[in-house]
Amino acid sequence: MLRYLISRLISLALSLCLASMVIFAVLQVLPGDPASFMLGLNASPDTVAALREQLGLTGPVPIRYLHWILGMLHGDFGISYTYRTPVADLIAQRAQVSVPLTIYAMVLTVTIALPAGIIAASRRGRATDVTVMGVTQLGIAVPNFWFAMLLVLVFAVQLRWVSSGGFPGWSAGIWPNIKALTLPAIALALPQASILARVMRSSLIEALHQDYLRTARAKGLTQGQAIRRHAVRNALIPVLTILGLQFSFLLAGAIIIENVFYLPGLGRLIFQAITQRDLIVVQSVVMLLVAAVIVVNFLTDLAYAAVDPRLRSRV
Amino acid sequence: MTLLSVQDLTLKIRRTPILHGVSFEMQPGEVFGLVGESGSGKSMTALALMQLLPQGAVAGGQARLAGTDLLSLSERRMCALRGNEIGMIFQEPMTALNPMRPIGDQVAETLMIHGAATRRQALRVAREKLDRVGLTADRFPLSRFPHELSGGQRQRVCIAMAVALRPKLLIADEPTTALDVTTQAGILDLLKGLVAEEGMALMLITHDLAVVAGIADHVAVMEQGRIVEAGRTEALFRTRAHDYTRRLFAASSHQPTRRAQATGAPLLQVRAARCEYLLPRPSPFAAAPRLTAVKDVSFTLHAGESLGLVGESGCGKSTLTRAILGLDPLQGGEILLQGAPVGPLMPRAQRAGVQVVFQDPYGSFDPRHKVARLVAEPFHLTPAQKPEQRDRVAEALTAVGLLPEDADKYIHEFSGGQRQRIAIARALIIRPALIVLDEAVSALDVRVRAQILDLLADLQGRFGLSYLFISHDLSVVRAVTDRVLVMRAGEIVEEGATEAVFNAPGHAYTQELLAATPRIPKGWLATE
Repeated sequence: MLRYLISRLISLALSLCLASMVIFAVLQVLPGDPASFMLGLNASPDTVAALREQLGLTGPVPIRYLHWILGMLHGDFGISYTYRTPVADLIAQRAQVSVPLTIYAMVLTVTIALPAGIIAASRRGRATDVTVMGVTQLGIAVPNFWFAMLLVLVFAVQLRWVSSGGFPGWSAGIWPNIKALTLPAIALALPQASILARVMRSSLIEALHQDYLRTARAKGLTQGQAIRRHAVRNALIPVLTILGLQFSFLLAGAIIIENVFYLPGLGRLIFQAITQRDLIVVQSVVMLLVAAVIVVNFLTDLAYAAVDPRLRSRV
Repeated sequence: MTLLSVQDLTLKIRRTPILHGVSFEMQPGEVFGLVGESGSGKSMTALALMQLLPQGAVAGGQARLAGTDLLSLSERRMCALRGNEIGMIFQEPMTALNPMRPIGDQVAETLMIHGAATRRQALRVAREKLDRVGLTADRFPLSRFPHELSGGQRQRVCIAMAVALRPKLLIADEPTTALDVTTQAGILDLLKGLVAEEGMALMLITHDLAVVAGIADHVAVMEQGRIVEAGRTEALFRTRAHDYTRRLFAASSHQPTRRAQATGAPLLQVRAARCEYLLPRPSPFAAAPRLTAVKDVSFTLHAGESLGLVGESGCGKSTLTRAILGLDPLQGGEILLQGAPVGPLMPRAQRAGVQVVFQDPYGSFDPRHKVARLVAEPFHLTPAQKPEQRDRVAEALTAVGLLPEDADKYIHEFSGGQRQRIAIARALIIRPALIVLDEAVSALDVRVRAQILDLLADLQGRFGLSYLFISHDLSVVRAVTDRVLVMRAGEIVEEGATEAVFNAPGHAYTQELLAATPRIPKGWLATE
């Protein structure tokens, strides 16, 4: 187990290093001057030079890279050109929306998808299964921004259970925020849960045909007990893979939903930063998102090992 | 008092009749052998008793276990009965256990699911049972996972699981078919011992007559969903009243007529061949350790000869086979075919000198190609014009006893035996000097196997072929080879003329292998 953990940690560190180099190279080293790009066509050479200094674009490349990395490790992401505030503060502020939203959507995804997939698989071919398959097909096909607007129309405009958008901030207490995040989380979770339910179903159906399930039945377990005790855990490996991918996707991929609901999240931050050519913010947020993806992959690997004893003893 | 009384058991799967009125009885403490070829309905009979039939199967008739009709019980009562009064073990021990849970847990589950013990007690009983089946606490703690165990050890875990609650009846469906002979002997001994100790009755389902001869009190022979003959084992073996039984026995000891035709010229020369595998690194920075699967093996196969290579799983047979086929490089020594070296980079003309027939007649063909294309595959080694190819496909199919018209069919239209004929046609079509038969008849029923062995002997005579016959089945190797090599742990421990080796094995391992091979007592098969 320890060996597995170490090998995963090494791969985590290497991935982070590589990713940071690529991001650094794309934004700082490649031809094209970020400073003149940010300032536009009419900027005077002096302003550009001043910005270059401020951006840390002077000096040898390896030193600049190290400077950037060390800064980030200390929580210093630079100062936003458009907001005139430290990027770290901006990110922290926006993460207060994005991280809870992602977790909320993930929790919804898992609590809907796993039971739906398990029920569909154990009633394969019957009405329940057909219904689950139909609904998930729809869930994948419907664009989530359209579904989000539908939710707003029904629950915010007609029923007036929640407001149609905006985020009150955590100082307003937990409940109002949960209310504000509920519709976006549902909109985000619908396609993800649909995909995951299908993966769970097909993976469980495969597990149901395994010999050890017959062994379990021969011991006297009912079909339901055999599924719960023996099949589900074996079916979880592909589900974990998809779940890991979905987490990363939700963290960065909520841009449209954040726009529909006027949520000040990371997605909107990066979107605005790109339109305003604020490369400092773009670079930092991209690095952060990439790091989050890599860390989630690392956690997925650990989850594999927790589920599957064969992985623990191998490697 | 009768323990199990099966009366007129019928079974249909979606209107297709599978069993036609199967009737038999079992007494407590008795070993009952149910013998037959694949598809005869042996396993379905057992699954009907367990009420674990596939979807769409409907059973009729009666099956009384100690007076209770199993077929009329509700699913709930069956669940209470399975594992408690009837235990069952299956053919494939490698996949019979849940890979995610430790073995102790899985044995204890039998007790806990029936409310027979608390978790702590159940684990204690699991420990006792694992000890009883020969998995001692020092080497096999309860926390072991199935993947850490060999096939034989896993089958022992399955047995411990099945007998944990001392059922009155244990059903064993081909329990040793997937195992090596020495492992098989151990499992059969264990089952015999359990029957004697626990007073449990054992229903042993197998295709292997020799296994039944050594263990069963009574035997029933099944053919196409019917029991055609039943009786005390020795009496049945001696009389063989039914025609089908006679054919089954004849096929199992079938000896194809072969002419010795070794010309003496060496065809395949293996000189100090060594094959190694890289194992996973113990740490990310350490060098990967090597496993030597084949250790400096040398032998020569002469033109026109049939050479047998026997050994148990893991002895290096398959690795050596891959090297001889030129699929993997050697890490030492050399292999020469017709004087030229064999390896992954050898020219096509050289590769055309050797062809192979694999074990699995179901997995070794692309299901989307027609037979004509499958059989013509080796032509990429020795190009031929399309019309000539078509003629030679027809010729090859005729040679293996099929029709030229079969070329336009797909592989799923053929039975296992016919597929193996097609595999032989594919190997034969470019007239290689050597055909490697890698467990080529192991997956076949005895009667089909006898036909294929006849075919191979016939083709050898007609085309002057040489065979390298790789198998774990000693009786088959004995029937069809001139010389035999015995392999163990990557080394050839004994080599000699087949009859000489089998009659007077020199090496202790060969002796052990022969002793472990079940056989029908000599006198039983004397022709009347």
